[in-house]
Amino acid sequence: MNPQDYTLQLWPGAASGMAHQVDWLIIAFTIVTLFLVVPIFVCFTYWAWKYRRGRNVDRSHRESRNVKIELSWMLIPFAITLVFFVWAARLYDIEQHPPPNAMVVQAIGRQWMWKFQHPGGQWEINDLHVPENTPVLIDMISQDVVHDLYVPALRIQMDTIPGRRTQLWFKADRTGQFLLECAEFCGTDHSEMAGSLIVMTPAAYQAWLAHAGAEPSLAAAGKMLFSSYGCSGCHGPNSTVRAPSLIGLYGHPVPMQGGGVLVADTAYIRDKILDPGKRRIAGYKQVMPRYAGKMPEADLLRIIAYVQSLGQSGGGA
Amino acid sequence: MSPSDLALRDPVVPEATIARQPDYLHAKQTLSSWFFTTDHKRIGILYLVSITFFFILGAIAAGLIRLSLLVPNGSIFSNDFYDKMFTLHGVIMVWFFLIPSIPNTFGNFLIPLMIGAKDVAFPRLNLMSWYLYMVAALFTLICVVLGGVDTGWTFYTPYSTFYSNSWVLPALIGVVLIGFSSIMTAVNFVVTVHTMRAPGMTWFRMPLFIWSLYATSLIILLATPVLTITLVLLIASRAFGFAVFDPANGGDPVLYQHMFWFYSHPAVYIMVLPGMGVMSELVTAFASKRVFGYRFIAYSSMAIAALSFFVWGHHMFYNGMSESASLTFSILSFTIAVPSAVKVYNWTATIHKGEVRLDTPLLYAMGWIGLFVVGGLTGLFLASLAIDGHVHDTYFVVAHFHYIMVGATVEAFLGALHFWWPKMTGRLYSEAWGRVSAFLTFIGFNVTFFPQFILGYLGMPRRYNTYDPQFQVLNVVSSAGATILAAAYIFPMIYLIYSLFYGERAGPNPWDARGLEWTTTSPPPPHNFETPPIVDFDPYDYPSRAPEGG
Repeated sequence: MNPQDYTLQLWPGAASGMAHQVDWLIIAFTIVTLFLVVPIFVCFTYWAWKYRRGRNVDRSHRESRNVKIELSWMLIPFAITLVFFVWAARLYDIEQHPPPNAMVVQAIGRQWMWKFQHPGGQWEINDLHVPENTPVLIDMISQDVVHDLYVPALRIQMDTIPGRRTQLWFKADRTGQFLLECAEFCGTDHSEMAGSLIVMTPAAYQAWLAHAGAEPSLAAAGKMLFSSYGCSGCHGPNSTVRAPSLIGLYGHPVPMQGGGVLVADTAYIRDKILDPGKRRIAGYKQVMPRYAGKMPEADLLRIIAYVQSLGQSGGGA
Repeated sequence: MSPSDLALRDPVVPEATIARQPDYLHAKQTLSSWFFTTDHKRIGILYLVSITFFFILGAIAAGLIRLSLLVPNGSIFSNDFYDKMFTLHGVIMVWFFLIPSIPNTFGNFLIPLMIGAKDVAFPRLNLMSWYLYMVAALFTLICVVLGGVDTGWTFYTPYSTFYSNSWVLPALIGVVLIGFSSIMTAVNFVVTVHTMRAPGMTWFRMPLFIWSLYATSLIILLATPVLTITLVLLIASRAFGFAVFDPANGGDPVLYQHMFWFYSHPAVYIMVLPGMGVMSELVTAFASKRVFGYRFIAYSSMAIAALSFFVWGHHMFYNGMSESASLTFSILSFTIAVPSAVKVYNWTATIHKGEVRLDTPLLYAMGWIGLFVVGGLTGLFLASLAIDGHVHDTYFVVAHFHYIMVGATVEAFLGALHFWWPKMTGRLYSEAWGRVSAFLTFIGFNVTFFPQFILGYLGMPRRYNTYDPQFQVLNVVSSAGATILAAAYIFPMIYLIYSLFYGERAGPNPWDARGLEWTTTSPPPPHNFETPPIVDFDPYDYPSRAPEGG
């Protein structure tokens, strides 16, 4: 389905296995519900006509209660619909668990545009290029209000929330261009916060990456920001006097002030940058300034990527 | 029109009406006798007039929305204007029409009549509730005059707190105030039902309309204070920078969503339950038959009221809520369909072997069944997790909640209006025009909203002024349907007002219906009954054996 195709359309194009599964689910559910409701419409209308006043029809054996019948039409339809609860929940469970090898794309929503950044640092606005048959995990956050990343052809969406990371993953299995929209009202130009998901063959994707606005990788860009924000002054490799070294930090346990141990994940690193006074670690005085409201999300995610890379390079558990 | 219809409209005035004292409409006719009245019937009429005014305002906003969506590129209205229109439409229709519609007009008018009381328990509180409604309405109108509000009726943070440049505060104050108006009415109904029933009117002799309004009032009493608290926090955030919902300062915007829907999902049942009560009255009266399964219908109202508090999370499946929470809210949302289903099946069984008259109120009731069932079942689709992941925040949701909240409530409201109009005004309206309007309502509604299910499944998000051109055909169909719907709303306004002056006089019981309200004159005297009724019969005591043919 190209967006240029303006004819009346009654079923959306599908670009992933999940999309087909959701389609089968809703088709089956619709058929079953028709079996439950068409009798109501038919009986109500037919009886209203058949038993209209003045007609001489058999009205004997009128009932005004029958507990068995009532219980059966309460519980049987309910039991049938529960099948669909389970079916839908199983698909949802798949949506909630991205495969570990998924390619991670960072996304930032803001009034009124999407910014996507590929693992190699290439970024784009509103459009998202992905390779087909590859699981892609979109790790997103909003810089201002609540948005919602929605790709109808994948039958999936997820809210993009300020101050909280959310995730969505998919595996597109068809090349082409598909609508990508914001589904949560976010202000005046909400309806224009849209672009395309462009699914390409892996080779075409590699070629696109090579030509796309090549910014240094996230971690490399983060390294530069690490010094320009002055982080390196205290957290630099040779300085362990005022602040802990960050080498080998990521993914490893940290002793907390007041006892306890916490594993340093991205959420923890993010919290410590924005509000260092929270969740203090043992052995250091609280001297670091807060960066909440002072560091744009784009910079923040680069610095986190850099800290993450320090954890993987050094240390070793 | 069958001969039986003509017999119904027999213009012979019953002798009792000749010597009686003036009815409630004619007892006093000064302006102050209306504005300082404590008569529940007059307050019901005051509400009817004010609610109709706001319905027209909300409908105009809807018309402008449908006009804008005729073209995909937003060339008719600016995005800003469009956003303000759908916000105005939502705020007015939800709080100034749907929630008060049936309870505050028909509930006020009918509860004392149906249980054989002189008035509600707290008549002055009842009047104050109407004044609060009007003050709240004033704030909303001020907000519109100043330039409107563009947050959507949901007021999601942090857009509503720090990003919107529109008049959010007056709109919020209006909604907080109207919440108190709702609470006052609900307190009144609960106390009235508990303490004012006529001798012999036991709980299981109450009409099912009373049961459903009793359940509605309990929801209002328990849920509305949560909305008040939420919106007061929102006002504090916007006016004084409170951080509770502000992520930049450690607040949580998702907390707002939970608090908001903790009220706003039960609120859906505040809108739907009274319509179910109306259905029980209409179906029995026009089938001239005892209701099938009285107890199940009564209990199911209470079950809906209780369950309605446990399902709010289904509005948040795709905002990062934990998987276990999503599963819980999904299955709880499936269970609430059970008490709704039993009612629908029982009404269908009531029609079976009845003596059915296909008059205007029953046509509206049949429309109600059609819209409610479609709305309810698509609600199950939305409660299914993976389907919600696709159609959440799209036109599928818009279509779903218009079927269930608007379609069902409006059909019930109009059905009730046509059914009790002779009681309220003492006049009969044109049956032919009534039937035409009932048909048009059903057809117009489906043409307007059914295409929106498809639009949603195709992936058109809600609250879009500009959209992908592939969605245009269905949007044009939807807008065309809205014009049919507009006609269906305008006709009753004309012929009902006409009937006030030229309609035939109605006797005390033009429909040959059961229930205490039909035992008094039309319109009723100021204190409802010439002699206080004593109840020694069951509800809906229509002849248990059908008369022979004829």
